[in-house]
Amino acid sequence: MTPTLQIFLIVSAALFSTGLLAALSRRHAIFILIGIEMMLAAANLNFIAFWRFGPPHQPPTGVMIALFSIAIAAAEAAVGLAMVIAVYRHYHTTNVDQLDQLRG
Amino acid sequence: MNSAALIIIAVFTLAAALAAATLRKLMHAALSLVVVFVGIAALFFLLGAEFVGLALVFIYVGAVAVLVVFTILLTPRDVGKDRGFNWGGAIVAVAVFGGLTWSILNTQSLAVVAPHMPALTVKQIGKTLMTIYVWPLQCVGLLLTAALIGALILVMEEKR
Repeated sequence: MTPTLQIFLIVSAALFSTGLLAALSRRHAIFILIGIEMMLAAANLNFIAFWRFGPPHQPPTGVMIALFSIAIAAAEAAVGLAMVIAVYRHYHTTNVDQLDQLRG
Repeated sequence: MNSAALIIIAVFTLAAALAAATLRKLMHAALSLVVVFVGIAALFFLLGAEFVGLALVFIYVGAVAVLVVFTILLTPRDVGKDRGFNWGGAIVAVAVFGGLTWSILNTQSLAVVAPHMPALTVKQIGKTLMTIYVWPLQCVGLLLTAALIGALILVMEEKR
């Protein structure tokens, strides 16, 4: 039996949900960034799977979008981790529950 | 496409992802993240996108994971103190997974097998990148430069 597109999409959905779990349920800022990275990787897996199961002899659009998405995710990780370090320097914590200065 | 390889890689990747989401120690979670990205790269290889898989390994395992580890080492006060686990997040994640799986399984047009496709060469990728996608490529270059400068400014010492 050869795998269908649905199996890849379900694997990607499971990965996305795990990333969502990490981003929503942890209190540490680095865990939230790890969750966001996992969700972006799941989206990349979807792009590649749709390209592979799409019509052949077309320009490889899914591969291109996955490449651009990897570059943007790298930029996001760099800026996000720099923000974690800046916040730690100010407040001496990375627990996002304690960063409530803007609460009214 | 090999079904057994797909199942083994998928179970491996999802186990590592669950470990990265739920492990208490931050450093262990970061190392599980590396395993997750190696697994996703293996899935890309299985799908025939070798170039993207290699780029994923280089960028994520080589750069992003090292960046995460450096950040963990630079913020030492909170390591090992992440006790709070919000169960509402788990409920939302399970609900999202259930909804996505239900809609994927109920869409008949997704139950297709892969068509025969000629192998994607790096030459082809480069040609596409330099013709159709040259404008997004320039924008990504600008974005990466801006992110580099922004990250530098964010972590510079503040003068008071």
